[in-house]
Amino acid sequence: MMSYLVRRLVLGLLVLVVAMLLLFVLIYAVPGDPATIALGPRASEAQKAFFREQMGLDQPLAVQAASFLWNLLQGDFGTDILSQRPVADLVFSALPRTVTLAVAGVVWAALLGVPLGIWAALRPGTFIDWVIGLISTSVVALPAFLMAIYALILFSVTLGWFPAIGAGDPGDLADQLHHLVLPAFAIGVAWVGYIARLVRVSMLETLAQPHVRTYRAFGVPDLRIALRYVLPIAVVPVISVLGVGIGNLLSGAVLVEVVFSRPGLGSLAYDAVISRNFPVLLGAVVVTTALYVAANFIADTLIAWLDPRLAEKG
Amino acid sequence: MSAPVLQLDKVCIRYPGAPADAVRGVSFDLRRGETLGLVGESGSGKSTLAAATMGLLPAGTAVQGAIRFEGRALFSEITDQQLRRLRGRRIGTISQDPFTALNPVMRIGTQLDALLHWTHDRPKKDRMARIETMLERVGLSDPKVRMAQYPHQMSGGILQRISIAAAMLAEPTLLIADEPTTALDATTEAQILGIMAEAKATLDGATLFITHDMSVVERLCDRIAVLYAGELVETGTVREVLDAPQHPYTRALLDCDPARITEPTRRLPTIEGTVPPIHKRPDGCIFAPRCPAAIARCHAEAPERHELGPRRSAACHLASPTPVTP
Amino acid sequence: MSNRTAIATRAPRFATLRRLLSSPTGGLASLAVAAFVIAAIAAPLVAPYDPNAINPINRMQGPSAAHWLGTDQLGRDLLSRIIFGTRTALYIALVGTAAALGVGMAMGMIAGLGGKVVDSVLVLINDSIKSLPLVLFALALVTIYGASIAALIVIIAISMAPGYFRVVRNQVLVLRSADFVIAAQSMGASRLRVAATHMLPNLIGPILVLIAMDIPAVIGIESGLSFLGQGIQPPKSSWGNMLSEGYTYVRQAPHIAVAAGLPIVLSTIAFTFLGESLRDALDPRRAVRR
Repeated sequence: MMSYLVRRLVLGLLVLVVAMLLLFVLIYAVPGDPATIALGPRASEAQKAFFREQMGLDQPLAVQAASFLWNLLQGDFGTDILSQRPVADLVFSALPRTVTLAVAGVVWAALLGVPLGIWAALRPGTFIDWVIGLISTSVVALPAFLMAIYALILFSVTLGWFPAIGAGDPGDLADQLHHLVLPAFAIGVAWVGYIARLVRVSMLETLAQPHVRTYRAFGVPDLRIALRYVLPIAVVPVISVLGVGIGNLLSGAVLVEVVFSRPGLGSLAYDAVISRNFPVLLGAVVVTTALYVAANFIADTLIAWLDPRLAEKG
Repeated sequence: MSAPVLQLDKVCIRYPGAPADAVRGVSFDLRRGETLGLVGESGSGKSTLAAATMGLLPAGTAVQGAIRFEGRALFSEITDQQLRRLRGRRIGTISQDPFTALNPVMRIGTQLDALLHWTHDRPKKDRMARIETMLERVGLSDPKVRMAQYPHQMSGGILQRISIAAAMLAEPTLLIADEPTTALDATTEAQILGIMAEAKATLDGATLFITHDMSVVERLCDRIAVLYAGELVETGTVREVLDAPQHPYTRALLDCDPARITEPTRRLPTIEGTVPPIHKRPDGCIFAPRCPAAIARCHAEAPERHELGPRRSAACHLASPTPVTP
Repeated sequence: MSNRTAIATRAPRFATLRRLLSSPTGGLASLAVAAFVIAAIAAPLVAPYDPNAINPINRMQGPSAAHWLGTDQLGRDLLSRIIFGTRTALYIALVGTAAALGVGMAMGMIAGLGGKVVDSVLVLINDSIKSLPLVLFALALVTIYGASIAALIVIIAISMAPGYFRVVRNQVLVLRSADFVIAAQSMGASRLRVAATHMLPNLIGPILVLIAMDIPAVIGIESGLSFLGQGIQPPKSSWGNMLSEGYTYVRQAPHIAVAAGLPIVLSTIAFTFLGESLRDALDPRRAVRR
């Protein structure tokens, strides 16, 4: 088990490093002065000089890449040109809000999608299976930000049930939750379909395994078999897909934040694009990539715990 | 005398969408204390009969005739819900492949406990102690260790012992063993058969032993029922049938059993031809196309079941009550 | 993923098409996709108005007989703008997917035919691409390269390539050990020749499915970035642009945003079902099992 997890961890860190190197390549492939391009036309000469020094632009390329990597992995993304605050501070203060939103979205989606998938899997080929399949396939590719705009128009502008702007009063939990409903709904819509489809297929595959027949031969009630013994096996592939999907989820959250003018990574990044504040964007990308790697490692750990055979394989 | 543990009366089974019956007109009974060997090649319908007895046929399967458990007919006098409650309590099962029969992600102890879900009103400590005792009885030397392990950490022999223990924990009236040794190697098979023999001796009920191996029948069973292409061709006590088989198919099966070959030979005997698919059964006797002794009548007319004695019959025109030497 | 479809022969191309069109969802989805394609090609003929004709008197009008979906803040006909936006959407989808396919396929072929080290490195690179947060990554690139159609295509090509890489690589690995390929190689055929003659035909099915499934994602990226003002630049009409404008006037004239979202919803659903039905049609056994 440990060796399996260590291997997954090393692989995750390797993915992170290579992703940073890809960013490096893309930045340095830019024609012209990287400092001007990265910092934007409004940056002062001093800032550009600092940037050049920080990126080590006068050094050989390999050294530049190494120092670029080293800084990023230490969480040093440079200083924000506008506020003079370290970018890491900005990113890390925005991150929890975005993660909260993303988690809220995927949680409600799972609460609905998992039962729908189970329901469809227990009645394959029936009308209800067909309906669930039709709905989940329809929603699976709908962009979250579009759902956000539609939700905003219907529930906020027209019906006035939920607020349209912001994340709510920081001291008032009820108000914050009230503000969370529509964005979380928008993010979750596609995931309901995605999770329902995954759970259905995985449940059907697991239900066909011979050991399920043993439970039936011992008179264990069908629903109990499905929920207690089949589901824990069937969720394994779902978890690994969710781990990979975290990137998608955060991308959705970023756009949805802009729609609802919620503070968070999305708004931070959006403002940074407008002011061509590259270090902030770089920081946001690096932190979310790290989050993706961490989420996948958590998923791997969960899977190893749910399926001991994996751990044995080492 | 009380009702037989299991009684089949002209049972016909047809799978949904199938062009013909997979099992046709099978009748036999199994009484308390008996072990019946249900013998036949693959496709003979023996596993279908076992599944029918447990009520585990696929949805939409048509069952005609009567299957009676302790005198009460399944599907009519016993509802599906009641039958489910019988499974695992009154009817125990040992499956064919020990490697796939157990949940791969559950520890053995937890898993056996989960199968005995109806005992869950008892304290957990008692349940675990009971499981441990049973594992010891099926010959596991360190039951505590095994209970904490996962199936993939064990050999087929150990897993099959665990399956036997699971079935025995229910203290069933009817134990159904569906080819419990086919997936195992010869040495392990011998051990498992020994444990099976001990297990069924402690049972207050009857055992239905499904196999294609005549030597297993000879070793473990009192009675035998030979199936061919979904039909019962011969039944009787093991001694009667093995000493004086009346149906040519039974004789052919016995001839093919390596354990019974006395003269040295270079060639393992086989039965010519194959079992006909269910929708291409011949008009006369189902075995006629492969039968070495077939006469014209066999191809034209399906043989009645010839009663050759008490609970002894053979479905062959040539069967006679007096023993014939093969 | 599926070894089952791996050795599918070239046989019945038309049988697949027949199966696709004869399933209710497949037929409907094909019809919808065809409608989008026709709208894109024949936009000037189909659109009732000039998409850029400003009409201040008629601004922010709701749906009417003259303007089926209403007009925007400049009085432009929304339906016409949507029809011309289809051109933009499908153009980006086509070129972006083609670029992703090219990049992914090249990497997949190299990984599958090359040695173990090359393969591992390429797998790692593709895993790393997948780990990048798409929208933030796109915004970062746009900040340094500027917002343009070219930047959009590069972003799509990079982010969608891993899907094609995986399909191509797996297929090549399966086929590499297939008997008939080994036979061809032993007859003296070069690796590249074997790849071209045996592997490409086998790849067409899975890749078509992937393309159909990816187009909604590409449309999502384009409209998302355009919504943020970092994709297609106005006055060129794109669904995302229109959404962005509709969002600005969401309180005064919510019908603009609703109308701009409709083609995104419809095209996304149509392409998803087309991909699903195509997959079932290519592998009837899977369709039956479902």
